Amino acid sequence: MKNKIIRSIFIVPVILYSLLLIALPIIYVLIISFYKNDSYGGMIRTFTLENYMSIFNSVYIGIFLKSFLIAVITMFICMIISYPFALAVSHKNAKTQSIFMTLVMVPFLTNSLIRMYGWIVLLRKNGVINQVLLSLNIIKNPLNLMYNNLGIVIGMVYTLLPFMILPLYSSISTIDYRLLEASSDLGANKWKTFTKVILPITFPALFNGGLMVFTPALGFFFIVDLLGGGKIMILGNLIKNQFLTARNWPFGAAIAILLIIITYILIMIYRKIGGKMDDLGA
Amino acid sequence: MSEKKVIVKLENFSKSYGPKEIIKSINLDVYEGEFITLLGSSGCGKTTILRAISGLDEPTSGRVFIDGEDVTHLEARKRQVNTIFQNYALFPLMTVYDNVAFGLRMKKVPEDEIKTRVDKMIKLVHLEGYENRLPKELSGGEQQRVSIIRGLINNPKVLLLDEPLSALDLKLRKKMQIELKQLQRKLGTTFIYVTHDQDEALSMSDRVVVIKEGNIEQIGTPIEVYEKPVSLYVADFLGEANIFKGKVTNVSNNKTTVNIKDKFDLTITEDNYQIGDSVNIVVRPENIRLTLVARKNNCIQGTITNMVYDGYITKVFIKVNNTSYEAIINGNNKNYKINDEVYLYWALDDSIIIGDKK
Repeated sequence: MKNKIIRSIFIVPVILYSLLLIALPIIYVLIISFYKNDSYGGMIRTFTLENYMSIFNSVYIGIFLKSFLIAVITMFICMIISYPFALAVSHKNAKTQSIFMTLVMVPFLTNSLIRMYGWIVLLRKNGVINQVLLSLNIIKNPLNLMYNNLGIVIGMVYTLLPFMILPLYSSISTIDYRLLEASSDLGANKWKTFTKVILPITFPALFNGGLMVFTPALGFFFIVDLLGGGKIMILGNLIKNQFLTARNWPFGAAIAILLIIITYILIMIYRKIGGKMDDLGA
Repeated sequence: MSEKKVIVKLENFSKSYGPKEIIKSINLDVYEGEFITLLGSSGCGKTTILRAISGLDEPTSGRVFIDGEDVTHLEARKRQVNTIFQNYALFPLMTVYDNVAFGLRMKKVPEDEIKTRVDKMIKLVHLEGYENRLPKELSGGEQQRVSIIRGLINNPKVLLLDEPLSALDLKLRKKMQIELKQLQRKLGTTFIYVTHDQDEALSMSDRVVVIKEGNIEQIGTPIEVYEKPVSLYVADFLGEANIFKGKVTNVSNNKTTVNIKDKFDLTITEDNYQIGDSVNIVVRPENIRLTLVARKNNCIQGTITNMVYDGYITKVFIKVNNTSYEAIINGNNKNYKINDEVYLYWALDDSIIIGDKK
C-alpha cells in the first residue's frame, strides 16, 4: 500500500505532464483542423474537411515532396558520415571513446538557434568559408552556400548528426569482437566482414537513427527560415506560417495532423521491420 | 615407425603486450593428427599461443610455421587453420546452415557443393533438422557443435579450440569431451586445445603442454605429466599432490633415503641424487593407503582430521606433525573415522622425486 503511494508520487507528474503538454494540445490541434477559418484570423466552430482537401493542391503537394526529399537526403548524408565515425571510434580505447562521444554531445550545450547564426557567419557570401577559399585562389567568385537547398541540408545534417551517431555507436560498440575474429578466421576480408557480419547486426540501429533524423528534418522550420533565407518552404515552416503569418489556424492544424500521421506510419513501419530486427540482434 | 610430420612449429615465439611479456621465447612442435592440449592457469599465455597460430595476433618475435610454411606475418583469413571460440562466436543473424556455410562461401565454393558438405557436417554432429534455426534458438551444447563444424568444414590443417567447453555445465562438458575426442579420431584432424581444466587435458589429449607464466613447463603424454611431473608446479597443477620436503641422507642399491624435516625417513627407488640434496617427494592421494597397523617402509603415523565423502571415493585428511596430507579411499569405508590414529603407506614406485631446483 505504502509502495503504491510512493510509486504514484513519481508517476503522476509524468502522466500529468504528457497529458497536459502533449496529449491535450494534439487533441486541440486535431479539433481545430476541422474548424473553418474566418477572415480576421479567428475560427468558426463547425465541422469541415475543407482544410484537408485544400492540402491536395499542387503547391502544397510540392512542399510535401520537397520536404521529404530534403529529409531523405539529410538522413543519407548523416548515415554516410556517422557510420565510419562510429566504427572508428568503437575501435579506440575506452578513454578516447568517451572523449569523442562527449565531443559529439557538446553542441547540445548551446541553443540550436544560436548555432544556426554561427553557420550563417561561416556560409554567407562574404562568410569565413568563402573568404578563405577566395584568398587561397581556389575559387574566383564566392559560392552560394546558403539561402538555397544546400544551406538547409548543411544545417539539418549538422543539427541531426548526433541522433544518427548515438544509436549507431551504441550498436557497433556492443558487437562482440570475437564475431569479427571468427569472420576473419573463416576467410572473410574486411569488406565481407563488414557487409555480412557488422552491417546486419547494426541494421536496427541504422533504421532507428534514420527515423530520428528523418522525422525532425521534416519540421525544422528555423533552419529552413535562417539558412534558406525565407525563400524555401518545407512542411515545418509551412505550418509555422499558417499559424503565425497567414493566421489560418485550421489549415495549419490540418497539415500538422497529417505530419503526425505520416510520422506515426513511419514508426509503425519501423516496429514491423526494425522492431523485429531488434529482436534478432539481441 | 615413420617420423611424425610436424604440422605446426613455433620457433622462439614470444609475445609482449606493452611492457608485459606474456610468452617468453618458446619452441613447440605439433605433430599431424594429434590432439595436443595447452594447459595452464588463466593468464599463463596459453590463449596467446593459440592466437599466434590462428593469425589473430602477431608474435613480438620468433616465427610460426604451418605445414612447413612460414606464416608469421600471414593474415588470419589466409591461414589454413580455424578457431573455435570460447563463447562460440556464432553469427547471431545467420541460421545454422549459413553459419556453417560461411567459410566455404568466402572461398566461393559452388552452392551445390556447399550444400553437400554442410549436410555432411550437420549429420556428423547429429544436428539434422536444425539447419534453419538461429543460434539463439539452440542450447549451449548445440551451439558449440555448430561452431565446431563451422570450423571443420573448411578442412583446416589444424583446428584450434580455445576453452570450447568452459561455458557448459559439468554433465554436458563430460559428454562433449567424449564427442570431441571421437570426432578428432574419426577425422584425423590435428586439434590444438586450450584449457585450464586438468581433467579435460588428461582425458582427451595425446600430449599435454603444461604452461606456467609464459614458459613451457613440461610436454608429455597425459600419463607422463601426471605420473612423472618434472616440477612441483606440474605435480600440483595436475591433480592433488602430497608433498614431502626433505634431504637425501643415504643412497644405495638404487634406493635413496630422504629424511623429512628430521621427523621421519622415506625411501624411493631412484639414485640420481646425492647425499645432502634438497628434494621433494610427491605422492598422489589415490596411491596412499591407510592401515591401523604399522608397516616397515614409508609408513607414517598421523591423525585423521577430516573425511569428505564424495560418492565413489572418500577423501581422508590426515595430520602428520602439523602438516595435512590427503589420502583417497574407495566408497564409504566404515573402518576409519575422524580422530583415529592411522598409518599412511604407499608402494616405493609411487613416490615421485623432484629436486629442489625445479
